[in-house]
Amino acid sequence: MKLPEDALAPLTGVFAEPWHAQTLAAAHGLIRAGHITPTEWAKALGAALAEAEARGAPDTEETYYLSALSALEGLAPLNETELAARKADWEAAYRRTPHGKPVRL
Amino acid sequence: MASYDPKTIGDIHRHLHTHMPPDPALRIKALESLAVEKGLVARETLDTWVEMYSEKIGPKRGAEVIARAWVEPDYYDRLMEDAGQAIKDFGYQGHATEHLKAVQNTPDTHNLVVCTLCSCYPFAVLGMSPLWYRSAAYRSRAVKDPRGVLAEFGVTLDAGVKVRVWDSTAELRYLVVPERPAGTEGWSREALAAIITRDSMIGTERDLKLEAT
Repeated sequence: MKLPEDALAPLTGVFAEPWHAQTLAAAHGLIRAGHITPTEWAKALGAALAEAEARGAPDTEETYYLSALSALEGLAPLNETELAARKADWEAAYRRTPHGKPVRL
Repeated sequence: MASYDPKTIGDIHRHLHTHMPPDPALRIKALESLAVEKGLVARETLDTWVEMYSEKIGPKRGAEVIARAWVEPDYYDRLMEDAGQAIKDFGYQGHATEHLKAVQNTPDTHNLVVCTLCSCYPFAVLGMSPLWYRSAAYRSRAVKDPRGVLAEFGVTLDAGVKVRVWDSTAELRYLVVPERPAGTEGWSREALAAIITRDSMIGTERDLKLEAT
């Protein structure tokens, strides 16, 4: 277990990676809008964390957020095919966009 | 010996210049862009959440609530009766704190909060949870061996002190009200709030220090 962190440290570095924050923000947004219930979210996140632990994933921040992302993908009212297609679209957009320009689909 | 391969160099060059995000970043980008397009969630809601939890919402909120409860007996009663309602005085209600229960430490009782299932936490009054709160180690051991966990946080309890462990759920979260330290008589709410730490409101700290951290 980790030692206690500085309890009232300034709120910098709350999220190590932007996608960590985006994942929780999307979960929060879908819960607030009524597309996911808080209980469904807790159960799916708990199951994803248990699954990660069972397969021996390290007990880290990365594992936590990857579990949260998987749980969210499973609960969001979006299907796997459209998620995969949209991800491929973003990859293509990043590849074709010159450095320094905004990446758009 | 290294050799020059124009194709490899070209690939590396292109890779550097497009800054391809890591796989999970692309996955959440796909999910959020679809969700926004389909009207499932507003872009502003997502951006506001990230901004608020990255920069604005933190444990100072919970500290303000507890400091007020220490100096105003009526507010203390309301907090213990229904914390979810009491924090509305500060405008701190929000996601995940509609049902909030305050639990008071006493000389012979110590309260410790965990979420054994996932990471339920009173975000609106404590901000983002610390990493250890979400770790498998804490979630699995806080119930089985609370004294051992507390010892790792530097909290040693006398044998006569009972530990109550509260397991948070999606419907009900907990806020520990630490004991007001001796020597703080007459202090302002601001001065009191400054000594109340995040960990004391989760229960992994017990005796507050008179100097603000």
